[in-house]
Amino acid sequence: MGTIFRFHTDVDTDQIIASQYLLYPTIDEMKAHTFESLDPTFAERVKVGDYVVAAENFGCGSSREQAPSVLKALGVKAVIAKSFARIFYRNAINIGLPVIVCRELYDAVEDQDEMELYLDQGIIKTGDKEFSCTRLPAQMQKILDQGGLIASLNEEE
Amino acid sequence: MGMTIAEKIIAGAAGVTEAHAGEIHYVELDRLMSNDGTTHLTIDMYNTKVKNPRIKDVDKLVWIVDHNIPADSPKTAASHKKMRDFAKEHGIKFHEGEGVCHQVMMEKYVRPGELIFGADSHTCAYGALGAFGTGVGCTDYLYAMVTGTSWLMVPETLRFNLTGKLPEGVYARDLILTIIGKIGANGANYKAMEFGGEGLATLTMSDRIAICNLCVEAGAKTALMPVDSVAMEYLKEHDREPKAVYDSDEDAEYAEVYDIDLSEIQPIVAKPHFVDNVVPAVTCKGVKIDEAFLGSCNNGRIEDLRVGAALIKGRKVSPTVRFLVVPASRDVYVQAMKEGLLDIFMEAGAIVMNPNCSVCWGSCQGVIGENEVLISTGTRNFKGRAGHSNSFVYLASAATVTASAIMGEIATADMLQEV
Repeated sequence: MGTIFRFHTDVDTDQIIASQYLLYPTIDEMKAHTFESLDPTFAERVKVGDYVVAAENFGCGSSREQAPSVLKALGVKAVIAKSFARIFYRNAINIGLPVIVCRELYDAVEDQDEMELYLDQGIIKTGDKEFSCTRLPAQMQKILDQGGLIASLNEEE
Repeated sequence: MGMTIAEKIIAGAAGVTEAHAGEIHYVELDRLMSNDGTTHLTIDMYNTKVKNPRIKDVDKLVWIVDHNIPADSPKTAASHKKMRDFAKEHGIKFHEGEGVCHQVMMEKYVRPGELIFGADSHTCAYGALGAFGTGVGCTDYLYAMVTGTSWLMVPETLRFNLTGKLPEGVYARDLILTIIGKIGANGANYKAMEFGGEGLATLTMSDRIAICNLCVEAGAKTALMPVDSVAMEYLKEHDREPKAVYDSDEDAEYAEVYDIDLSEIQPIVAKPHFVDNVVPAVTCKGVKIDEAFLGSCNNGRIEDLRVGAALIKGRKVSPTVRFLVVPASRDVYVQAMKEGLLDIFMEAGAIVMNPNCSVCWGSCQGVIGENEVLISTGTRNFKGRAGHSNSFVYLASAATVTASAIMGEIATADMLQEV
């Protein structure tokens, strides 16, 4: 089981990782600042296997790939939201971070609840509740299965 | 079945006769733009993750240092050096300190009919010249750089039929903020926004760039306009020819059609912390400001500087306000010098900076402190976008921003005459 870190609607990529850290040389040097403006303790508290749960339009704003990358580097297992902004969604799949659309989960859980995602079966279990997730388009599922777009490119060659 | 402009460009790039919303196509890209926001990470992945690193067609690559230029720290300087050295080694077209990437792209590279990936969300600006520009992350960019290709889902299109003409003192920025307020921050998510109708002819290239550039703030994948005489004149002035000129078919299918009467638009302000949080500018009258910013890929062109300079000539920046004026490119800067606009701003007490993303990027210049308030012609007003996480950004037109800089509080240009 992983712990849920719950965020609201329209979480933009500036909130996930602010501009002033983007030119740091590596993702590892940026990750301590993840969600700094919304929850300065997030990076310290989140553990490998935890989940980010949000409402609508998660990841709107800039195309900075650092946003899904810092979440992955901190060990976030997946982001589950009612909907995602387009560029964040594509970037997350490209780096091998599962992004799952589930309309019901956000309203059914509280921050710091425990949950587990069963990616193969497309279900989420939390407490005594179970939710099914929307499947990724086949094109994106294939990239995710291969471990991201660059792994997929290397496999093509 | 008829096609939209977006569908025609994707069909061309995929080498098929027809493409329609919802289909996935493998496409060949015409141009690949990347800036200093992410290129250092792209290079690291190229060097360490790609099994067979190569660049499919180096002529298509354009790299632009615009976000943190000049460098603000040793870490930034190191990332810039990595980008500069790689560009030199591989013969990549490289622009440093010449302006905000999208303005440089419009001035030097974008051609109608092209499919362009930019590692920056505001790449949708290129639709002003009838090109399909879309923002991508650095992994998508890297894949395209290595293979020359990518895949795209053909977007549905929202059509905006423009009629009439903007009233005096109302600008393209007021129009696009109004539209974003109407459809919401995810109102065009995964979709293309296409603009047309007789009202388009009344809009200059500068207006059109401002409109297309901001469409990503409604979530749009791209923004597109037909190529008319205004666009062709701009191309001619910049010594380029179209790749292909498209307009939508009469029987093209749209997800939604909106009719917008330009004569009904009024000065608008987007309040913190969301671009779709728009209200008539007059309702924000009296909000005290600490800083004002005139610049960015959205509103830092010569036309915007002329609007600001005309208002501030003979007046002074409020003693309680820092007013940063940042031309969007070197060409804009030089033109503003020739026209005496920079003298006007300087004499009024403004701070004139080098062409770059500046305050809109919130990390390099004009960063605002805790509880401070900024009024900006930049692209975003997200929480902390311009500096401290507890600060406030209002978005408005060049006229409203300049009037506010003079008054020390949010004001529209017509309020200046009352002073």
